[in-house]
Amino acid sequence: MTHSVAVPPEPQLRPMLDAYAQAVAARRRTIAIGAVLMLVAIGLSSVGAEVRLDTFWDKIGNFSSYFERLTLLDTGARVWTDPVYWFWGLRRWSLQLGQTILIAYVGTVTGAVLGVAGGVLASRNLSRSGTVRLIVTRVLEFCRTVPDIVFALIFVVAFGLGPLPGVLAITLHTIGTLGKLFAEVIENIDMKPVEGIQGTGGSWLSQIRFGVLPQVMSNFASYSLLRLEVNLRGAAVIGFVGAGGIGQELIVAIRKFYYSDVSAILLMLLVCVMLLDFGSEKLRHRLLAAEQAR
Amino acid sequence: MLVLSDVTKAFGKSVAVSGVSVSIPKGQFVGVIGRSGAGKSTTLRMINRLTDPSQGRITYLGEDVTALRGHKLRDWRRRCAMIFQQFNLVGRLDVLDNVLMGRLTHTPGWRSATKMWSRDDRAMAMAALDQMDIAKLASQRADNLSGGQQQRVAICRALVQEPEIVLADEPVASLDPRNAKIVMDSLQRINRHFGLTVLCNLHSLDLARSYCDRLVGMANGRIVFDDVPAALTESVARELYGLEANEVMAPQPAPVPMDLRTAITA
Repeated sequence: MTHSVAVPPEPQLRPMLDAYAQAVAARRRTIAIGAVLMLVAIGLSSVGAEVRLDTFWDKIGNFSSYFERLTLLDTGARVWTDPVYWFWGLRRWSLQLGQTILIAYVGTVTGAVLGVAGGVLASRNLSRSGTVRLIVTRVLEFCRTVPDIVFALIFVVAFGLGPLPGVLAITLHTIGTLGKLFAEVIENIDMKPVEGIQGTGGSWLSQIRFGVLPQVMSNFASYSLLRLEVNLRGAAVIGFVGAGGIGQELIVAIRKFYYSDVSAILLMLLVCVMLLDFGSEKLRHRLLAAEQAR
Repeated sequence: MLVLSDVTKAFGKSVAVSGVSVSIPKGQFVGVIGRSGAGKSTTLRMINRLTDPSQGRITYLGEDVTALRGHKLRDWRRRCAMIFQQFNLVGRLDVLDNVLMGRLTHTPGWRSATKMWSRDDRAMAMAALDQMDIAKLASQRADNLSGGQQQRVAICRALVQEPEIVLADEPVASLDPRNAKIVMDSLQRINRHFGLTVLCNLHSLDLARSYCDRLVGMANGRIVFDDVPAALTESVARELYGLEANEVMAPQPAPVPMDLRTAITA
């Protein structure tokens, strides 16, 4: 055994360790209290929300039987025995799914761009006016608290049926969620480069452009791509209230118990999300590689 | 005895280190010198296996270090402690916790994950800090410390690893002269007191001359000089550093040209 540290005798060591213990005690206590409170909250909320395991166990059969019926054609045969009959509406569904994808895409891009502005104004370290920060934070909160389907309902009433209310609903919800995440990313940056730009006489916008953006772009891209996936699913559901896309078709199939149609549409959605996931991962790695290659 | 035989590292097409062979006996204080980009850092990082060599072998006491994996690799890293130019501390942890990172391989996972370090480990970490005169900073967050203090914390982290070799990659390049002296003195002390082998990358020739038993000079990824410091003549140094020679050897800062001097005072 190699010795590299000479440990002094106890009387010399004790005061140093005690001083350290005293200094960190308060911090430790806060963490412990927090952990206990969280456990209590989990217990109370599961009682309050009537999360009952026995109900789950008794009714699990209904759940699986629905899935079983999803695999049956109206002729009674299994769906995979006749894929052409199963996907009888492939052409129409593809077009509607395409519309859903476009709604998600336009909504996400617009929402992300506005979300960057919201994030900057809501971040503690960049926003220069407390009032503006307070207002923007509240607006972002509002945008993400109202579910996108509720926004869609309101906009359908205002602008009529079709993809426009869908895009608006997705955009608003995306501003709320991404704006909050972006603000947090910005609050975690290293302020030294920003100070460096400030020290050269750069304006507030230049500080953001050159001091902040290079640090946060890859994170922003990751979150936006994740949001695109979430929004694709959201755009499909938004169709339930008539805001365009595949959702209209899906809700009709569910209501009228066209089991095989439901499974066909869900399968197409699933494939879409998988492709998107695959594509966005490739894209993200490309972006990171391009970043590091410089 | 640490032996590098014909060690080569290529990053894509650019060769950082090529065919380096050198053996370092126990207890030596070796300075690796050369200009930036000569392959000094890569060589040190390959010994710790933070970077894997493309070719060649590194052995310690006859054991092939390049082939180690998993638990054995981690134990090897513990035995050759690394000290970095930018300190590489965890800024959000307090100083004592940062030092205790050096005890990770000695500690069961559940203990370290919950920070329930044993009394002996805490005593050892505190003793190391006391040895470096910074025991009273133990509860501070690491990123609130000055550069010199941070590097001393990093040395403490290395010491509590109970290493046999200390690899220091430009340990004083980010420090002012006074702190540089404190850090180099403490490296010298662990070398003399505890007999640890020290491998230290240095940019400054003056520091290398005054602290090292032996100097290894690198240029373009190869070893071009390997001898006692006294053998390092000015012409060899010029060859090693090229245009940078004056800058690394001059005891005083290079004189400012006359027209510039008037421009500054004007």
